[in-house]
Amino acid sequence: MSQPESAVADSRAGDRAGGSSPNGKDSLSALAERHGLRRAIARPSLPVYLRQLWDRRHFVLTYATSRNVSRYSQAALGQLWQVLTPLLNAAVYYLMFGLILGQKDDLTNYTAFLITGVFVYSYTQRSITGGAKSISGNLSLIRALHFPRAALPLAYVIQEFQQLAISMGVLFGIVLLTHEPLTWAWLLIPFALILQTIFNLGASLLIARIGSFARDMNQLLPFILRTWLYTSGVFFSIHARMADQPAWARFLLEFNPPSVFIDLMRHLLMKSYSDDLVQKGFPHSSLPQLWLYAGFWAAVALIGGFWYFWRAEERYGRG
Amino acid sequence: MAVAELTKEPSRMAHPQEQHQPVKEAAEGVAAPSGTPTVIVDDLHIIYRVYGAASAAEKGNAANALIRLLRRQGRPQMKEVHAIKGISFVAHHGDAIGIVGRNGSGKSTLLRAIAGLLPPHSGSVYTDGQPSLLGVNAALMRELTGERNIVLGCYAMGMTPAQVKERYDEIVEFSGIGEFVQFPMSTYSSGMGARLRFAIASAKTHDVLLIDEALATGDRDFRRKSQERIQQMRGEAGTVFLVAHNLDVIEETCNRVIWLHKGQIKMDGDPATVLAAYNA
Repeated sequence: MSQPESAVADSRAGDRAGGSSPNGKDSLSALAERHGLRRAIARPSLPVYLRQLWDRRHFVLTYATSRNVSRYSQAALGQLWQVLTPLLNAAVYYLMFGLILGQKDDLTNYTAFLITGVFVYSYTQRSITGGAKSISGNLSLIRALHFPRAALPLAYVIQEFQQLAISMGVLFGIVLLTHEPLTWAWLLIPFALILQTIFNLGASLLIARIGSFARDMNQLLPFILRTWLYTSGVFFSIHARMADQPAWARFLLEFNPPSVFIDLMRHLLMKSYSDDLVQKGFPHSSLPQLWLYAGFWAAVALIGGFWYFWRAEERYGRG
Repeated sequence: MAVAELTKEPSRMAHPQEQHQPVKEAAEGVAAPSGTPTVIVDDLHIIYRVYGAASAAEKGNAANALIRLLRRQGRPQMKEVHAIKGISFVAHHGDAIGIVGRNGSGKSTLLRAIAGLLPPHSGSVYTDGQPSLLGVNAALMRELTGERNIVLGCYAMGMTPAQVKERYDEIVEFSGIGEFVQFPMSTYSSGMGARLRFAIASAKTHDVLLIDEALATGDRDFRRKSQERIQQMRGEAGTVFLVAHNLDVIEETCNRVIWLHKGQIKMDGDPATVLAAYNA
């Protein structure tokens, strides 16, 4: 289909009988065909590609863990920074938006609201930033070893997932300390994280291909991501702010993937958040709707991102 | 189809390496009995795109960049480098082929193209099985211990956990770095690093192995060990390509030498003849 040459080589691979020695009169491609040699470069079909990726799962996991370990290997506190970094992040944002700018009016538990938003958003943000560099920053690896290139964006997302697992521990502590009750809804948190991880993977595959061919992407990306941060309702409640706006505008903001995942996590983690929305009469998407949106974004991003990335498989590492 | 390709033959024969044809013929007379072809390179051209290269006329400031953009001159900082200009040869089972040439003559590029890591601009590379570049160092991380790097490197080459477990002791033993395996690689001397890298890379059985300058460092003892390892791989019906500036290594290890000059084959034949001409 997409690799006619290797298909031809395949179909004639059995024909090894004519093993006469090369004598210069023969064309080299005919010689290759006679001995069943294949072209070195060919993009595997999508099912084969997925199997190759699965075969490399140990590499992906080890690579992700190794990157996390080496990230803090120079610091005296070492791996403790994996916990300290999200804690300090939470403290900075609380100082800025909770104490100085005073956003507390709309919400009972602004601290937990804010920090949930920051952690969930930064998971997507860091996955995308990592994905953009996963190909362009690993050219030497790509030019040295064979493996399905999707392993790299995948490893970056898993690396961020490992970081997130620690952040979530910090987040649970903060939420409980701010007097949120432990509810059955917490059991659904892993599913929300899985959907977000799938979305992040799809998005980072997409951006990995763009970033590998359009170098300017890495300069532009921080601005895009910051704009996205401000429109995703991390610091303020979209529902409170958009209460007087037309329904389509509210839908646009609520349907935005990061706001979906943030909103979902807030509903699951914080009983006070769901209560606030009902008591104060802010129009908002229901929990089933949020699950539907999250599933939609995960499916679209994964299928689209993977397909788009795979299409250029044999061209990575050239530029 | 075969007929159509046969008609292409004269154009290939008109290439500049024609004048060295006698040498090539003599070499193939020696190499042919050693086995069936494993690697066939057919009129290969490789063109690199290089970013950030500026010619003398362009200065790298913002105003010039804007002017270029307004004049629609495209991506001015992208240059194309024609690294391989039409190379053809056939390698056989059991061959150890040395590749010599000056810096920038296309040796590393040729190896990467054989490994299938650089797409050809035109022409093609046919291989039997998957050639692997002895380039595992790209996957290793300096901040991590030797232990972790061995595991990481083995996985990067596509080994399974069982294979890694099985080969681990052998890799440590072969590298001869002893208890340094517990320390981060950033603390290693360059020789120790090179030994560990070669030990990791050669832990896997390769059909076609491409070695780029890996044997330049390391002491005499290690060089002897690694040459034995290369001989052993040749014995296992594989083909070994070796790029080195150290001509002694090539003379001791290889049974055929290809001399690259500015992206083309200048000479191709037995080590004594080609190295004599290369040194002249």
